[in-house]
Amino acid sequence: MIDDRVDKGRRRFLTAVTSGVGVVGGAFAATPFVLSMTPSERAKAAGAPVEIDISKLQPGQMLKEIWRGNPVWVISRTPQMLESLKTVEGELQDPASEKSVQPDYAKNEYRSKKPEILVLVGICTHLGCSPVQKFAVGPDSGISDDWPGGFFCPCHGSKFDLAGRVYSNVPAPTNMVVPPYKFVNDTLLLIGVEEEAA
Amino acid sequence: MSKFMSWVDERFPATKVWEEHLAKYYAPKNFNFWYYFGSLAIVVLVIQILTGIFLTIHYKPDSELAFASVEYIMRDVPWGWLIRYMHTTGASAFFIIVYLHMFRALLYGSHRNPRELIWLIGCVIYVALMAESFMGYLLPWGNMSYWGAQVIISLFTAIPLIGEGLAEWIRGDFVVSDATLNRFFAFHVILIPLILVALVFLHIVALHKVGSNNPDGIEIKKNKDTNGIPVDGIPFHPYYSVKDLVGVVFFLILFALVIFFMPEFFGVFLEKDNFAPANPLQTPEDIVPLWYFTPYYSILRANTVNFFWIDAKLWGVIFMGLAIALFFVLPWLDRSPVKSIRYRGWQYKFWLTLFVISFVVLGYLGFKNPDHVDLFLFKNVVWAQVFTITYFLFFFLMPFYSRSEKTKPEPERVSFK
Repeated sequence: MIDDRVDKGRRRFLTAVTSGVGVVGGAFAATPFVLSMTPSERAKAAGAPVEIDISKLQPGQMLKEIWRGNPVWVISRTPQMLESLKTVEGELQDPASEKSVQPDYAKNEYRSKKPEILVLVGICTHLGCSPVQKFAVGPDSGISDDWPGGFFCPCHGSKFDLAGRVYSNVPAPTNMVVPPYKFVNDTLLLIGVEEEAA
Repeated sequence: MSKFMSWVDERFPATKVWEEHLAKYYAPKNFNFWYYFGSLAIVVLVIQILTGIFLTIHYKPDSELAFASVEYIMRDVPWGWLIRYMHTTGASAFFIIVYLHMFRALLYGSHRNPRELIWLIGCVIYVALMAESFMGYLLPWGNMSYWGAQVIISLFTAIPLIGEGLAEWIRGDFVVSDATLNRFFAFHVILIPLILVALVFLHIVALHKVGSNNPDGIEIKKNKDTNGIPVDGIPFHPYYSVKDLVGVVFFLILFALVIFFMPEFFGVFLEKDNFAPANPLQTPEDIVPLWYFTPYYSILRANTVNFFWIDAKLWGVIFMGLAIALFFVLPWLDRSPVKSIRYRGWQYKFWLTLFVISFVVLGYLGFKNPDHVDLFLFKNVVWAQVFTITYFLFFFLMPFYSRSEKTKPEPERVSFK
C-alpha cells in the first residue's frame, strides 16, 4: 500500500534545515575567495622604514619620499613659517590636533620633534589625494590675498597650514597624519620607526 | 530549409524565439527619435566587448608594464591605435546613449507601472556600467588613472567602522598598487562584462513580457484585433530592425568622426594628465573624473559643512550615493495619472527641465575648481550647492507635484507628432 498522506510540516522542516546547512556551507566555501582579496603577505611586509637624508634641505624647502606606497614630506620651516602657525589658529578645525593622528611627540603646537623640521604623510585626510605645496604668501599663492602659506588639495579644495593642520569649512575632517619617525643624527631621518624608549 | 528548421525546432525553440522576440513582437507604431538608444546601447556593448578582447591580447596588467603596454598598442601594434580609440570613445558613447535612454523614460513614463522591473534592471545596468568604466580607467596606469582610483576607493573609508578595512579589501593593499591594477583588470574584462550581458538579457526579457511603452504613454495591448494583435502594434522585425539600422548608421558616422578626428575629444574622453604614468608622489593639479561622473563628483564636493554628528566627508558620500539610489525608486515617486509628458501639467515639465539643467550644470562644475568663479557672482562650490538642492528636489517633491498637476486626457489610440 502506498501511503499518500504527506506530512507537510515535516517536509517543510527538512527543507528549511537542508537549506540552512547549505547556506552555512556556502558561506564557508565563499570565505577563502573573499579573504584572497585582502592585502597579501608581501603587501604587509612592504612596510619597511625609509631613510631620508636632509643634509641638503634648506629652510623653506620640502623633500618627498615614498614610504609604504604613500608620499612622505619633510619640510624645513623658516621662522616666518613657524610664526604663521600662531596666526591661523582661529581658522582651524582641530588646532590642538585632538582628533588627528600623530605620535605623542608630535602632538604639540608645531606637530614635530624639532620645531623647524616637519614630517607629514602627504595625503589629504578627505579622499587621499596628495595636496600641493603653496608656500607663497598672499596673492602670489593664487588662493587668497591673506594666505599665510600651507598646502592645498587640488581634488576637493581642502586647505592645510604649515603644520598640516586642516582649515575649517573644507571637506577634510582631520589634520594630515604625522608618521612615526626618529632622527638617526642631525641630517638623517628614519621614517616608520618609533624612538626607542630611553 | 523548412525541413531543417523543423528538425531544429523539435530540439530547440529557434522559430518560437525568433517570432516571440522579433518577427511577431508587436511594438507601438509611433516610436520616435528617442527610441533609437536602446538598440544603440547594445551596439556599443558589442563594440566594447569586441575591441576589449583585442586590447587584452596586447595589454599587460602589471603596474611596471601597463603604461608602456598601452603605448605599445598605440604605436607598434598594427591598427592598435584604432582599436584602442574605438574602446575609449565607445566608453563615452555608452554613457551618452544610456543617459539619453534614461531621459526617454522620464519623458514618456517608461519606468512606470507595469515597467518598474525593466527600470530597476536598467538602474543596475547603469551602476554596473559605472563600475566597469571606473575599473577600466585604472588600467592604462596613467597619473589620472592612479589618483582617480585613489579618490574613489577612499570614498569607502567614509563609512564608519568597516570603511578602512573595506577599502583595503578592494585595493588588496594599503595603497593603490599592482594588486589593485591586477584585480581591476580581472573585474573589468571578466566579472562585470558577464554581469552586464546577463542584465541586458534580463532587461529585454522583462521588456518583452510587458511590451514597449510609447511616446503617448498608453498601453497598446488594451486595443487588440480579432487575432489578438494590438491594432497600434507593428512587428519589431522588419519595421523597427530597419529603423534602428538607420540609427546605427548615423551613430557610426558620429563615432567614426570622433575616433578619427578628435579621439581625445578636447581632453574630455581622454584626459591630458593620463598621458603621464602614475606617480604616487604627485596628484594632478586639476584632477577631475571622467565627464560621466562629474555631476556626482560635484554633489560630493558640495558638502562642506559638518552637521548633526556626521562630518562633511561622510555627508558628501551619502548624498552622492543617494543621487544615484533615488533613480531606483523613481517609479514609486511618480503619482501622476498619466505617463507621457505630452499629457502632463506644467509642474512636471518644469521640474524635469530643472533636473536636466541641474544635472548638466553639476556636470560642468565637476570640471572646475570649487573656489573659482566660472558662472557668475558666486564661487563654483556655491552653484554646486544650489543645483545639488534642485537635483534632489526633483525627486523629493515628485510625490506632491506629480499628484497635484492638472493633466490632459490621454488619447484612445497612439498618435504621431
